[in-house]
Amino acid sequence: MMTAPEPNLIRIDDREIPFVHGETIMDAALAADVYIPHLCHFPGITPQGNCKLCTVEVDGKPLTACTSPAAAGQQIRNNIPELNEARKVLTQMLFIEGNHICPSCEKTGNCALQAMAYHLGMLHQHFPQQFPEREVDASHPTIMLDRIRCILCSLCVRASQEVDGKNVFAIAGRGIHASLIVNTASGKLVDSDLEPSDLAARICPVGAILIKEHGYDAPIGKRIFDQHKISEIGLEKIYIAGAKSDDS
Amino acid sequence: MTHKPKLKLATTSLAGCFGCHMSFLDMDERIVELLEHIEFDRSPFTDIKQLGHCDIGLIEGGVCNAENVHVLRTYRASCRILVAVGACAINGGVPAMRNHFSLQECLEEVYLKSPDMINPHIPNDPELPLLLDKVYPVHEVVKVDYFLPGCPPSADTFYRFLSELIEGKEPQIGKVELRYD
Amino acid sequence: MTEHLHLLHILHELQQKHRYISEESICEVAAQLSLPVSQVRAVVAFYAFFYSTPCGHYHILFSNCTSCGYRAGGTDLIRMLSQKLSVNIGQTRKDGQLSIHETSCIGMCDHGASLLINGVPLIHLDSEKIEQITDLIEADKPLNEWPLDWFHIKDHIYKRGLLLEGDLPAGDGLRAMLARGREETLTEITQSKLRGRGGAGFSTGLKWHLCQQATGEAHYVVCNADEGEPGTFKDRMLLQQHADALLEGMTICAYVIGAYQGFIYLRGEYRYLLPHLQATLLHRRKLGLLGTAILGQTGFDFDIDIVVGAGAYICGEESALIESLEGKPGIPRSRPPFPVAHGYLGQPTVVNNVETFIAATHIVCNGSEWFTAAGTTESTGSKLLSISGDCAAPGIYEYSFGVTIQQVLEECGADNVQAVQVGGPAGTLLDQTAFHRQIAFEDVGTGGSFMIFNRERDILAIIHQFAAFFAHESCGFCTPCRVGTTLLKQGLNKIIIGQGARNDMAELQRVSELVRRYSHCGLGHTAANPILDGLQHFPQAFEQQLTQYDFTARFELDAALQEARQLTQHDDKGAHLKQEGD
Repeated sequence: MMTAPEPNLIRIDDREIPFVHGETIMDAALAADVYIPHLCHFPGITPQGNCKLCTVEVDGKPLTACTSPAAAGQQIRNNIPELNEARKVLTQMLFIEGNHICPSCEKTGNCALQAMAYHLGMLHQHFPQQFPEREVDASHPTIMLDRIRCILCSLCVRASQEVDGKNVFAIAGRGIHASLIVNTASGKLVDSDLEPSDLAARICPVGAILIKEHGYDAPIGKRIFDQHKISEIGLEKIYIAGAKSDDS
Repeated sequence: MTHKPKLKLATTSLAGCFGCHMSFLDMDERIVELLEHIEFDRSPFTDIKQLGHCDIGLIEGGVCNAENVHVLRTYRASCRILVAVGACAINGGVPAMRNHFSLQECLEEVYLKSPDMINPHIPNDPELPLLLDKVYPVHEVVKVDYFLPGCPPSADTFYRFLSELIEGKEPQIGKVELRYD
Repeated sequence: MTEHLHLLHILHELQQKHRYISEESICEVAAQLSLPVSQVRAVVAFYAFFYSTPCGHYHILFSNCTSCGYRAGGTDLIRMLSQKLSVNIGQTRKDGQLSIHETSCIGMCDHGASLLINGVPLIHLDSEKIEQITDLIEADKPLNEWPLDWFHIKDHIYKRGLLLEGDLPAGDGLRAMLARGREETLTEITQSKLRGRGGAGFSTGLKWHLCQQATGEAHYVVCNADEGEPGTFKDRMLLQQHADALLEGMTICAYVIGAYQGFIYLRGEYRYLLPHLQATLLHRRKLGLLGTAILGQTGFDFDIDIVVGAGAYICGEESALIESLEGKPGIPRSRPPFPVAHGYLGQPTVVNNVETFIAATHIVCNGSEWFTAAGTTESTGSKLLSISGDCAAPGIYEYSFGVTIQQVLEECGADNVQAVQVGGPAGTLLDQTAFHRQIAFEDVGTGGSFMIFNRERDILAIIHQFAAFFAHESCGFCTPCRVGTTLLKQGLNKIIIGQGARNDMAELQRVSELVRRYSHCGLGHTAANPILDGLQHFPQAFEQQLTQYDFTARFELDAALQEARQLTQHDDKGAHLKQEGD
């Protein structure tokens, strides 16, 4: 217990990767430039493991890389057809659960869900579209909330609490009826202290939380995922900045 | 090559904007080359009214009314390979944005509440196909063999896909370029 | 102590008073408890017994379990009552007089079709009783003027074993423990090889040991009395008849791990047991078996609060239960860390099932050898089975582990058996080729549910009912369970209504495997069990419902035209679509 943390090794696919005691498999992988697909994870924010895309096989057992501590000698399979197929199916589930009509969404080209689907080679959503009805909240002067595109990753919930020092969002309801709610008496965003510069307003991987009047700022060809693949490590900074994207 | 029988290709647009068809034409002079191996059957590009037995059917647009269902089924029955082309065919696309509302709300908004309506009423001419409660993706009504995403899929995507079919290869959609917008 | 201030209890009071929880109430409660409005709102939305629109003066929840549900007797009683009282299922009648909803199993499986009316169980429903209920409601008779015997929940115990045979006087377990000493007591529990009776079967001795070793500001003991697995009702009986042994087991655990505070998390469906449990707590405090200086032992301080749930199966999962105890939606935590190290309020916590604590009390009194003499090597002692469904004598049966399914079936008077669901929907669906198998952790494990289906039953309908149950109870945290359970329900429904194609069976298999493998917690890991077991053991039940096509439309085409037909007033042949396939 008292000994200094020693670097240890785990094996992800064919690579030996060092880790420091206390790191998760995801932490170690990202630090070693190994991509494990993920949507609900963001470095620096407490991981939750709800999207399940980062599921890897640790000694044969499926575990979410973002929440599982790295331990010396783990044999981890990540970039293998079975897992990528499962990730594609999970992505399809996220698509059909909400309304993800890319051509009409301001986030298109900057959307992590879309980029993930490209990465996984998703040609169609496969499952029956659920076409849910969820409330749009356009009350805030500069931020827009379209719940129909929310994938319940809870990044905004955690970013608001942990980074912004606020508590603007929460997830309510259960099962397929779960939805993002706003922590105000009215339930409206306008009554919250959310600001466009908050991480919570910028971290949304999809087009559920959008900064108003910046849609389509970047033309086709200049958008984040026109220029980057989601599998590039360390895109977070670009991603957060890209959401405002008023230059380019 | 010329001895090989030409592949018969039919196309149609259901609840779509014909943008996919326009994009198809964007392959420009490559169409001439393609026509050495492909023969159009029923399609907005031709004036053929009757759908014959085809090798390939390209379906643009989602399924929004009873007529769409009939047309789609006819294509499915007549085409060896049925392809859902573009965002609307694949997940309903922009027309599916009406799915937030009931049919009644949609029709009332357009035909009863629009300004300057003369004799406002919900159209009920028997010639008009009945609308489905929602706009559905093609693959929820018939079996689909291939999907060409994009809004629209690029001319290159069409060209590559058809070339691969002509060559008798398994089409490698999305391996080169994949986009949904 | 903190009982009355618990968020779930405050919301329950409001629900009782106003028949719903208004936005205004939510804000008031948030202010009162200094909680974020979003937390209170999230809790109201999460638990099935809280409503955001007014329920009726008579609020009726029909169980939809295969054993105590509204179809248990063959007739669709919920439809019958709703028709007689002119109210739509899931809605409140315009005059506010009544509302009728479905709810998951209410644990009355040995009493036939049952319901909760204003939270109180009403059992042995049949058509005649539905008539009488209709009259009573239309006559606006208060519930206390309804026939008393309708609400009298008897326990049917048909077979007694280790736990149910002997009667332990209150305090005997504690005295035996003090005589043994803390470490010796833990050793006894460990040597008894007692495993958790909730179904997972984790070693109780190891759990207590790990918790004892974990450092924290406080340690907690929690009894999981959220008996929600459809077909289980043995804890209902234990809470009613063996509350002392339970509380004693919790107190023993408290002494071993060093806890001063315990909780019983009681499922909302069993709220009617609350007065009895509170009286037992009070009695034990008077006897010096709870409170400060228990049995005169300085420093042996321990007390127990009861927290009552509000309709959420997932809260039977221990970390979801802890979240609920903390006044939050019951969303299972990521593990590690485990509750033994990081449980209630982040402190070391033991969560055990009712039956586990009672077994612990008996082991402390009688010794581990007495316990290991029964059962198998891997599964020592006895197991209480809640037997329901198609048998002559539904009720509680206590067997030593290792008993065969066949023997159980014979003793409860079940014949013409088509299938047995052991361990509830989350367990295993067995056909007759497996009736030689044993009830044991190493063979067929169970938390206690044992549901019998004879050859008259429609297996596919039962599997669909289970799938609907999981879709309703999924907490929504992770993608595969949240979306997958709904897709499975829809996929089964398509087959049941006769519109399934060959590829729909393959699709069920594929989605089931994904949900099982990739879900976050036990609910998701087991939610597809009935479908996977069904496809394996009863494929013909699926096949005989299929159409001749390889592919059929995913939705009902003609129904999708219904609204347009109404709006345009066309209803000729051309205004319809056939559901053919290709």
